[in-house]
Amino acid sequence: MKLTALLTNAAMVLGLATGVAAQDKTKVGFIYVGPVGDGGYTYQHDQGRLAVEEHFGDKVETVYQESVPEGADAERAITQMALNGADLIFTTSFGFMDPTVSTAKKFPNVKFEHATGFKRADNLATYSARFYEGRTVMGTIAGMMTKTNKIGYIGAYPIPEVVRGINAAYIAAKKVNPDVEFNIIWAYTWFDPAKEADAAKALLEQGADVLMQHTDSTAPSAAAEKAGNVITFGQASDMAEYKPTPRVSSIIDDWSPYYIERVQQVIDGTWKSTDTWGGIDSGMVAIGEITGLPEEVKKAAEAIRDQIASGELNSFTGPLNRQDGTPWLAEGETADDETLLGMNFYVEGIKAEMPN
Amino acid sequence: MDLSSINPVLLVASLMVAATPILLAAIGELVVEKAGVLNLGVEGMMITGAICGFAIAVETGSPWLGFAGAAIGGAALSLLFVLLTQVALANQVASGLALTLFGLGLSALLGQGYVGIKPPPTPRLDIPFLSDLPGLGPVLFGHDLILYLGIALVAAVWAMLKYSRAGLILRAVGESHDAAHALGYKVVRIRIMAILFGGACAGLGGAYISLVRVPQWTEGMTAGVGWIALALVVFASWKPWRVLLGAYLFGGITVLQLNLQAAGVAIPVEYLAMSPYLITILVLVILSKDKSNAPASLGKIFHASH
Repeated sequence: MKLTALLTNAAMVLGLATGVAAQDKTKVGFIYVGPVGDGGYTYQHDQGRLAVEEHFGDKVETVYQESVPEGADAERAITQMALNGADLIFTTSFGFMDPTVSTAKKFPNVKFEHATGFKRADNLATYSARFYEGRTVMGTIAGMMTKTNKIGYIGAYPIPEVVRGINAAYIAAKKVNPDVEFNIIWAYTWFDPAKEADAAKALLEQGADVLMQHTDSTAPSAAAEKAGNVITFGQASDMAEYKPTPRVSSIIDDWSPYYIERVQQVIDGTWKSTDTWGGIDSGMVAIGEITGLPEEVKKAAEAIRDQIASGELNSFTGPLNRQDGTPWLAEGETADDETLLGMNFYVEGIKAEMPN
Repeated sequence: MDLSSINPVLLVASLMVAATPILLAAIGELVVEKAGVLNLGVEGMMITGAICGFAIAVETGSPWLGFAGAAIGGAALSLLFVLLTQVALANQVASGLALTLFGLGLSALLGQGYVGIKPPPTPRLDIPFLSDLPGLGPVLFGHDLILYLGIALVAAVWAMLKYSRAGLILRAVGESHDAAHALGYKVVRIRIMAILFGGACAGLGGAYISLVRVPQWTEGMTAGVGWIALALVVFASWKPWRVLLGAYLFGGITVLQLNLQAAGVAIPVEYLAMSPYLITILVLVILSKDKSNAPASLGKIFHASH
């Protein structure tokens, strides 16, 4: 009898303890599309998560699930996280959009934030970075550096975010090198190092000497290094291990300030569903150190970066036509966010055909 | 569209590289299944081999020691499967799935300190004159030794299964473990050896991705190749040469479709992207019209008392 009583007491104390802890702590969940060790996109989101832990210490508990496939199974993962008591959940890939929307409906008291999407609700905010501003800088370098005038581009999926990047890079490259040509491969995956390496090899074998990627691993840089005399760019993360070449610069996503700000708002009770789209000026997009390039190329790239940061230059400034020749932007006109968010066309000059 | 930009020689040479990881894993799994064991842990053993091989190659500076370590690592993980299915007589499907999940987690843990490190290059065969032959040189004589080992393994497994006494016993164990047991063969011991061989092959395949094909370590870098190898064994109706054909077909079309995309061929990208899966399955299904059946004891648990 004594033992039973003791056990019951112990259980009650434990239960009480965890109950108190649960009330105190704000639980923040993250759903990742790749592994946290991908060295690119997901790695960078996880750095944001770690920054949240560091900033709030004991006040916040973070949980994450990595390598969640886009599509139906994502809903299970998000639901599970909400059931486990998360107060705020960041779903960090475009393909999580509809699963996040329907999970948000089921849990009106949980706050959701979906990266790179466009569907919002009272408890569902969206956030993204203007990666394309970085593409303008990389495109400038690519156009100046290519000798074969062929630039290879590995895209993940033909969604507006990726298409925007291709267009921005092409416009910038064409400006400094009118003969430039883009060869585009769709990998149909965000993360598959072997496939990304194969795609890189295919592009190199066809004469590309500059590789750009919108997939998440460092495999294209590894392939470029093996081939030699090719330059690449860090994508989402600095990918500094390939400095000084083949990786000559990078587009870095810095999510930490945003994540900290939003978690603080949840703690304070001031969180609102918003739409955030930060660029180079806000620091959400950073340009990694420029290495291994001639001085004039470096200077030109830095000038472009600074002009975008000051608002002097917009990545999409007319005159620009769509691929089929119909006019899009008049002289001096700049693109509005709505068109950019839904961008499903190439600009004039890109020869590849857009998958539907 | 500019097809002339595709160099057929380079294409064939790179399809052989793309096919080798699948080939190695599939030929190992074929032996396992021929012995009547269904090990769904190929993906887990591959990724474990990938990190073991990578880590050892980086630490010792020798890719060959890396590959040896990968084979040992893959076999060591399959030992877990042995314990579960051959000693504890657990369900093979569940144990195999568990092995994959465990392998993915274990490799991520082992790989913590290896992200962003470059492995020592795996030397390629360089035979004076032969490797420089136009056309044939890069295709036949310009690869690394592991690629040839993959092809040699297919030939060896085929000859072993078809002509040797050991092959006959292995097949007997896979077709009817009770009959084989009654004849005095050590069913469990033979199966354990087959599983270890399968693990070593999968480990080699994984290391081929991390040391040659990519080459770098990234978490989860096998990205489903193990499952493709598993499917390939079935579609190849458990025949070694068809496994080779299937692997080259799959690797070949994967590389070809990427090249076609880069060259801007006017085929919708969606069709190109699905073509490796579709064509490989179609060809192998048509080939297997002769109704070669699965080993009769495949996936069944054996205990001498039954």
